Amino acid sequence: MLQTKRLETAVGFFLLFSIGALIILALKVGGLSVYSGTKGYWITAVFNNVGDLKVRAPVTIAGVRVGEVSGVHMDPKTFKAIVALHIEKAQTQLPADSSAHIYTQGLLGSNYISLTPGFDDQHFLQNGSRITNTHSALILEDLIGQLLFSLKSSDKNKSG
Amino acid sequence: MLKLVNDIGEFGVEFLRGLGRAGLLLFHALVRKPNVRKSFPLLIEQLYAVGFLSLLIIIASALFIGMVVGLQGFNTLNKFGATAQLGQLVALSVVRELGPVVTALLFAGRAGSALTAEIGLMKTTEQLVSMEMMGVDPLWRVIAPRFWAGFIAMPLLAMIFSVIAIFGGYLVGVVWLGVDAGAFWNNMQVAIDFRTDILNGIIKSIIFGFVITWIAVFQGYDTVPTAPGISQATTRTVVYASLAVLGLDFVLTALMLVLA
Repeated sequence: MLQTKRLETAVGFFLLFSIGALIILALKVGGLSVYSGTKGYWITAVFNNVGDLKVRAPVTIAGVRVGEVSGVHMDPKTFKAIVALHIEKAQTQLPADSSAHIYTQGLLGSNYISLTPGFDDQHFLQNGSRITNTHSALILEDLIGQLLFSLKSSDKNKSG
Repeated sequence: MLKLVNDIGEFGVEFLRGLGRAGLLLFHALVRKPNVRKSFPLLIEQLYAVGFLSLLIIIASALFIGMVVGLQGFNTLNKFGATAQLGQLVALSVVRELGPVVTALLFAGRAGSALTAEIGLMKTTEQLVSMEMMGVDPLWRVIAPRFWAGFIAMPLLAMIFSVIAIFGGYLVGVVWLGVDAGAFWNNMQVAIDFRTDILNGIIKSIIFGFVITWIAVFQGYDTVPTAPGISQATTRTVVYASLAVLGLDFVLTALMLVLA
């Protein structure tokens, strides 16, 4: 009897240990938060070009993470990108005339969204609100193209 | 020339016959009226042998593999000044690949071979036959609990492996080499998706567990009942299981990348 008791305890430890491992994998490694999807509110922002923005990219205000990108879609009528943002705390009240930028973390980092609060202290962004005042991602290739173009045209101006 | 064709044909027939026998064995062992009250203690006993006793080798290997990945990753990332991405590198490689595959290989060596040897010896010493004489179905009494135990234990071991290996990477990267702890965990969490990375890794380990235990149990049950027969069966278990794991890993990875 003692033998089987011991055996069962060992197996119990084994199972508990692996459940703990799964929880660590989900929360600590996968970054799955228990509250995500229930608290806070959702807003959308319309961009001309989102560049390399991915779902679950951070949303920041003044460099502090306040939420994440929960979806990136294309509007079939206007051909613009619609980005769904999840603001994790309901207390984070943003003025209705806030604007959104897409920036890059460092030179080679991934894209993230930075919200710049506006000055409207009467109206605030609510669940389902849309930010239209946005600045698209900086596409490096476009920049290089523009640079080359302006260099060429200035050459022409000189010679002509 | 004709001899060669003959040999190939014989090999093919033998292979298919083995596959058929293995399938029948599995079917007869698993498809039956469940009898939880009687089967459960047997399952616990096997979970102890297959799962709990494998913990030590799994934890030790995971720690060292995680530390090596951390060390190698740090040295390579350091060339690009991107050591902050170390957490992402360690976690991705461990959760997606190393966790399921290395655990499966260790599991085949540690638990699979033991299962085969045990069942093979039971057959050689005619314990299986005597069970049948007593009216106890050896498939239910011996094969089924061992199969289920292996099938259950393998994914659990793989999850433990992943966690310990990431901890090993953390030890080397953050504690020893001084990568910023916040960047280590944050980059990891941003890069890793629960469904596409962690869940796919677990699915892989479940499939590996199924295949390894199936091979081990069948090889044991199908042993030629002699001393060299047992040794050959044990060797075959480890070789076949390892090959199956590595081959399946490629197929599964390709499938998952296509589906994602």
